[in-house]
Amino acid sequence: MNIRGIHAIYRYEMNRSFRTLIQSLVSPVLSTILYFIVFGAAIGSRMDNISNVSYGAFIVPGLIMLTVQMQSVNNASFGIYFPKFIGTTYELLSAPLSFVEIVIGYVGAATTKAFSIGLIILCTSYLFVDLEIKYPFFMLCFLFITCMTFSLLGFIIGIVSDNFEQLNIVPMLIITPLVFLGGSFYTIDMLPPFWQNFALLNPIVYLISGFRWSFFGVGDVPIFTSIIFMLIFTSICISIIWYIFKTGYKIKT
Amino acid sequence: MSEIINVQNLVKKYDNNFTAVKNLNLKIRQGEIIALLGPNGAGKTTLISTICGLSSITSGLIKVNGLDVIKDYRKTRELIGLVPQELALEPFEKVINSVKFSRRLFGKKDDNEYIEKLLSKLQLYDKKNNIIKSLSGGMKRRVMIAKALSHNPQILFLDEPTAGVDVELRKDMWSIIKELKNEGVTIILTTHYIEEAEMIADRIGIINHGELLLIEEKRELIKRMSVKTLKVKLKKTLDIIPTKLKKYNLKLIDEGKSFLYYYNTGNERTGITSLLSDMNKIGINLFDIKTEETSLEDIFVKIIKE
Repeated sequence: MNIRGIHAIYRYEMNRSFRTLIQSLVSPVLSTILYFIVFGAAIGSRMDNISNVSYGAFIVPGLIMLTVQMQSVNNASFGIYFPKFIGTTYELLSAPLSFVEIVIGYVGAATTKAFSIGLIILCTSYLFVDLEIKYPFFMLCFLFITCMTFSLLGFIIGIVSDNFEQLNIVPMLIITPLVFLGGSFYTIDMLPPFWQNFALLNPIVYLISGFRWSFFGVGDVPIFTSIIFMLIFTSICISIIWYIFKTGYKIKT
Repeated sequence: MSEIINVQNLVKKYDNNFTAVKNLNLKIRQGEIIALLGPNGAGKTTLISTICGLSSITSGLIKVNGLDVIKDYRKTRELIGLVPQELALEPFEKVINSVKFSRRLFGKKDDNEYIEKLLSKLQLYDKKNNIIKSLSGGMKRRVMIAKALSHNPQILFLDEPTAGVDVELRKDMWSIIKELKNEGVTIILTTHYIEEAEMIADRIGIINHGELLLIEEKRELIKRMSVKTLKVKLKKTLDIIPTKLKKYNLKLIDEGKSFLYYYNTGNERTGITSLLSDMNKIGINLFDIKTEETSLEDIFVKIIKE
């Protein structure tokens, strides 16, 4: 395995984030703080507790998921799309690197960034709400796998996209609505019965529910359903990436 | 010299059914400079791309140092450095970081001494901490070469390295290429500038429509293909070529004040002596003579037209 090659890509991608620290780190953290102020403090103070959890604390897992999913997709998609755009993918393809190693480099960096942002938001939330995490180890694992899976998804989007518009279409028009409607700010049982069933078609519901379970021990769906769903989602992303690299789709001529 | 690249029956067909490379065979010897000439769309870049791993192969076999470029891609790619046609560089990165990044991609340990030496050789040392975006086109081209050489490859592919650069820089590039050859690097370059091939290549290959039309030692090719022209200026004007000189296929010019005689330097006899002797016999006196040699460019145009 070309460990130095993987590390070079990883380091390069991490350095890119440090060069654009405000965009990479400050911006998502600031957005989340604003959510806390609006939904947690202003509106949340007038809301009833949900499953014996204050509304302010209740939205923490949802806000973390919302941010890390968006960040994972954006970081990974831009990470691989930018070399395609400026033409530097020739370096990756002519180097003694396997496709798996290229994916590990880019997805690893995007995962690290999103995971770090998730932890920073978690720390920030302690400034606004009283929070106790029931299953901290599970929470970290679930957060990591979510970051990794959405980074894989972002990598696929970056490979498939031919221009910046396409790069933004999936995150903006598909992922953002799904994340917002996936129970970040409410539980599914707060919805009318028809919409409850409809919401269960949203894959993000299972992820947010699983992550929330790790905080409070309760979720919209059983935790095993969330875990199985997460594994299926990860497997689909890996399969698509395997197909892309096997065929060289949009990478090799 | 031993053979370092062996391309056997290579075919590259694109999804739209366009065949860019047609059953191409090519052997490249270690340590030589080979120039691939051909018009736009001839298949030069596709050939390089398949050897370097940028393009998939439809059929055929490519071996680098005796190893299959698909099965043993790690070992073969370690030997190759590539400078593509386009200036493809991360604009916001420092020169030195960009070069170091390329070296690391090849799994090599950092070697600051080697990198700094390389930058000095390419006259980039003073610019090592500059952001790539701030460099001129010529400097960017040098950075591309530095990146390609960062892992100390044995083979260097230069896809139109001097396209769009000024004459002075082009000459600098030639001296860099010659220096690399002296260090034992095998260099394969594609170019539109015939003069470039003439100046630096050991062998010349001509590609058109995905086929390798010929590959030959430069000197041999020029010798074999070159037709020299002897221009004879006469003391007295001629209206027509005399019957005794018809066999020489002379061409009257300058309203009969001169004629041209074409001969091949590759032939055992040029026919000049007998021409001059025959002229003397029939009393035609010459005033001056001049010879002109066919350039590689003329040869290239001739082969492409054929």
